[in-house]
Amino acid sequence: MGAGRLYAAVAAGGFRRYATYRTATAAGVFTNTVFGLILVYTYLALWDVRPHLGGYDRAQAVTYVWLGQAFLAALALGGGGVEDELMERIRTGDIAIDLYRPADLQLWWLSADVGRALFQLVGRGVVPFVFGALCFPVALPSDPLTWVAFAGTVLLAMLVGFGIRFLVALSAFWLMDGTGVVQMAWLAGFFCSGMLLPLNVFPGTLGEVVRALPWSSLLQAPADVLLGHADVPATLAFQGAWAVALLGTGRLLQRAATRRVVVQGG
Amino acid sequence: MADHRLGEALRAYRLIAGMWVRSTMAYRASFVMTTFGNFAATALDFVAILLMFSRVGALGGYPLPEVAFLYALTSISFGLADLAIGSMDRLGRRVRDGTLDTLLVRPAPVLAQVAADRFALRRLGRVTQGALVLGWALTRLDVEWTPDKLLLMPVAMVSGCGIFCAVFVAGAAFQFVAQDASEVQNAFTYGGTTLLQYPPTVFAKELLRGVTFVLPLAFVNWLPALYVLGRPYPLDLPRWTAFAPPLVALACCALAGTAWRVGLRSYRSTGS
Repeated sequence: MGAGRLYAAVAAGGFRRYATYRTATAAGVFTNTVFGLILVYTYLALWDVRPHLGGYDRAQAVTYVWLGQAFLAALALGGGGVEDELMERIRTGDIAIDLYRPADLQLWWLSADVGRALFQLVGRGVVPFVFGALCFPVALPSDPLTWVAFAGTVLLAMLVGFGIRFLVALSAFWLMDGTGVVQMAWLAGFFCSGMLLPLNVFPGTLGEVVRALPWSSLLQAPADVLLGHADVPATLAFQGAWAVALLGTGRLLQRAATRRVVVQGG
Repeated sequence: MADHRLGEALRAYRLIAGMWVRSTMAYRASFVMTTFGNFAATALDFVAILLMFSRVGALGGYPLPEVAFLYALTSISFGLADLAIGSMDRLGRRVRDGTLDTLLVRPAPVLAQVAADRFALRRLGRVTQGALVLGWALTRLDVEWTPDKLLLMPVAMVSGCGIFCAVFVAGAAFQFVAQDASEVQNAFTYGGTTLLQYPPTVFAKELLRGVTFVLPLAFVNWLPALYVLGRPYPLDLPRWTAFAPPLVALACCALAGTAWRVGLRSYRSTGS
């Protein structure tokens, strides 16, 4: 009970921390909206030539674009999650203080990241999405159950996203400077999550491979559920399995890291 | 007098940029990796275009080599601007934490110092990638080359770089006022180059009017490239506008310079 309150407090702190920078949030909303606008026109041009590309119609393709812009900051698809700070703490040796705390390292940072993600979803995601829905024809479900299922996929996407980024961050225990790993992880995530282009538009085998990778849980899975394009239990199970696998690997790696690695520090 | 000031600014820029290059070269492996990373990250945009063309034969009526041509021209122009003064988006941070004061007391123009700050040679990745795509596009394009078209290409690349530089400087000037809002300028820099990668026929007329008459990004590559390709610009502009990019770039730089001076004059230090 007490532990639950602690992590809730950490998550609330993460939420408040990002909510502090209002001008930066407004700037982000503006930029997401502009990018959404550019992407919508390119997608519409694509769907003009192939009206049912990837099984989406025009309205669904438009919805996908604005969903991507709404998720970009929340799921740290363009970088900017808590992993930057965690890596910096590992590099400088401040991580030793975190390890002394009577709290679990992974759960602590997961809570902070979920708090951050929830704020960015509300603060940075909603306005571009509403703008898109008002200015372009979108395909939104009327069934409240679909929205509930969608909310479930978003929460699981946050867990999977953190699971991947926590592994990336822990690599700093061995590499010290994780700039290269972060960049590679960002590239893989951007390409395989469907931010670049919906994964069901990818050709042939490439499409099947990227859909099986964990990154497809981030954008493609919630989008398919919202657009009524996927089996809900199967999607939730797919995301849940990746969340468990990634967070479990994170646990093992965390144990190995804290046992064997000598902490940096002067 | 003006020549003297410009020479002084360029000299300061060269010295500071050179210092950053030497500092980067102390870690060669890291430099090679980050340059490759920059190359790969910017190539993603072209991968998206390739993926689109794996499913369609033309986008907005343009086949792949023509889209690649547009992509390459804007990538080179934007890449050069980003290489030259891309670090200017850090100005907001300097205003916030007060480190801009250090630059103000140095005997060198502030603009040159801010522009050369953290000069990153790895940004050659984007330019290289754009040049490779340009090379490929040129072998596939069906264009009757005339002297004016040949001359227009380098002129357009340099002018495009000038237009993007003006956007960077104007964005930095804006950060004197809105310190936290450095992300706004990404919409015009990165967003601008993303927009220009696609044919103008893809976008709505209002958007085209905006990027032609208000923020003249269309002069970076659309107008000159469409002249080379022999295609009409959707907005019915006279043909000579294809040769206007140098003038547009000069006008943009002049306006951005004014904005910079106004911004710098309004600067109040954090005082701590």
